[in-house]
Amino acid sequence: MKWRYFKQNLFLGVVRLSALTIAISLGGFLFYIFVNGLGAISWEFLTLPPRDSMTKGGIMPAILGTIYLTSGAIIIALPLGVVSAVYLNEYAKQGPVVRIIRLGVNCLAGVPSIVFGLFGLGLFVVFLQFGSCILSGALTLGFLILPTIIGASEEALKSVPQTFREASLGLGISKWHTILRIVLPNALPGILTGSILGIGRAAGETAPIMFTASAFFTAKLPTSIFDEVMALPYHVYVLATAGTHIEETRQIQYGTVLVLVGLVLSIDLIAIVIRSYIRKKKRW
Amino acid sequence: MSRKLKEIIIKNIFFLFALISIFILGLIVVFLFREGLPIFKVVSVKDFIFGNEWYPTYNPPDFGIWPLIVGSIIVTLFASVIAVPLGVLSAIYISEIAPPLMKEILKPVIELLAGLPSVVLGFFGMVVLAPWLQETFDLPTGLNIVNVSIILAIMAVPTISSISEDALYSVPREFKEASYALGATRFETIAKVIVPAALSGISTAVILGMARAIGETMVVLMVAGGAAAIPESIFDSVRPMPASIAAEMGEAPFRSNHYHALFATGMVLFFITLFFNLIADYISTKFKEVGSGTL
Repeated sequence: MKWRYFKQNLFLGVVRLSALTIAISLGGFLFYIFVNGLGAISWEFLTLPPRDSMTKGGIMPAILGTIYLTSGAIIIALPLGVVSAVYLNEYAKQGPVVRIIRLGVNCLAGVPSIVFGLFGLGLFVVFLQFGSCILSGALTLGFLILPTIIGASEEALKSVPQTFREASLGLGISKWHTILRIVLPNALPGILTGSILGIGRAAGETAPIMFTASAFFTAKLPTSIFDEVMALPYHVYVLATAGTHIEETRQIQYGTVLVLVGLVLSIDLIAIVIRSYIRKKKRW
Repeated sequence: MSRKLKEIIIKNIFFLFALISIFILGLIVVFLFREGLPIFKVVSVKDFIFGNEWYPTYNPPDFGIWPLIVGSIIVTLFASVIAVPLGVLSAIYISEIAPPLMKEILKPVIELLAGLPSVVLGFFGMVVLAPWLQETFDLPTGLNIVNVSIILAIMAVPTISSISEDALYSVPREFKEASYALGATRFETIAKVIVPAALSGISTAVILGMARAIGETMVVLMVAGGAAAIPESIFDSVRPMPASIAAEMGEAPFRSNHYHALFATGMVLFFITLFFNLIADYISTKFKEVGSGTL
């Protein structure tokens, strides 16, 4: 009898320990990045371009580039994702076609980011001759986050009660207008929080933009969507691995990492907080 | 235009847009093949995949990606050894044991962990873990299999944990109640009732976690050390497929054999992850639990 409870306590201990390990990994990591990166952050660091072959100055062009690429990606992925989700959740009848579409979404979600990079290079940069630029990078990132947007939009559409649709259809309103005026407005907050998570994902990706959009250094800021840009994740990678001044730029590296992590995690945190607020607030 | 016709047109437009994911998958295959297939005029498929020498810039060059494939498989397996227990056990904790407050804290923690940019984790592996490993174990380099596996595990844990938790959560309450009513302890209920009932979901989680690890690029690029040889110890450097593609694409002359070989490596990587995803999908549909009536 005692043995049974000993086993149970041992098990509970191990399980608690593993959860604790995960929490401590994240906490320790964030603490380390924060402590080491904080010294580099200043107004100049955030608003000036790099100088003296990247060893001094700021990271403003990289911040701007990441904003451009990420906005482009969401502009592309959001409409496509929402429309896909509306079809899957509102129109489609369960059957082989829907099954295959869903399988396609799942498989697309599993494609490695470097393969997206190769794909972007082959299609946008080479075949369509856009070259390495904001447009190619934004399209590649947009396709990368499409499954995230579809998943979040479907979840939001599912949470709209069936009675809302029935009430509208019962009044003789067409299906299309029901979706447009009843279903989508009610699902909108959920769709938007899902998209915020997609934004966070796009902002942090490096591999897809390596060959499609980002440059080590650009002398001037981009003026059109056909210009190359600097981007925060790529900036971290290049400074940490390829530069000739790896040790000299350590402080800048930590600073850039802190800015990137701060940006991505605050985006994610905002989405998480809004989502839990919506879930609690829901009146139906 | 009659109202019915309009509805049908709208429905079909939505249908066309819903095909976009399949369409993109198709485009990925087309463009990987278009840029990758020409390499097979130079080497045979067998020599490419099972060739032991990867010297793409030598004269004459060698295009054998077997060391890269082995590198990918090894780091994925070692990462799973760390990530699977951590992920599954933390899911059990969150779903079955944790008090509500801990749940409220841990779920966002795992979601934030999933959101960490891979380049940042790679950076951490380079500047913190690598020097520490090098000093502690007195190694020539800290950029090795152990280091990569630890960092990759951190990336795979959120995937494994969150999908496992969904599976555990959806085990019907009656199962637990029946087990407790028979006098089973909490541990016995979890180990013999809940986990077996959620096993298909947990397997899916593990497979998707492994797929995430094998396709991860920045971490293996920055932390694996980059030696394109079959490793002999866990402290050796490796060069997994994504690392090779990312590191060399910038230098490979446009449409050279090297360039085509890197695209072909991308094809191999794509089909491996596609295979993982199809298995995960098969398991999760085949063993789908519809309610307490099944099983």
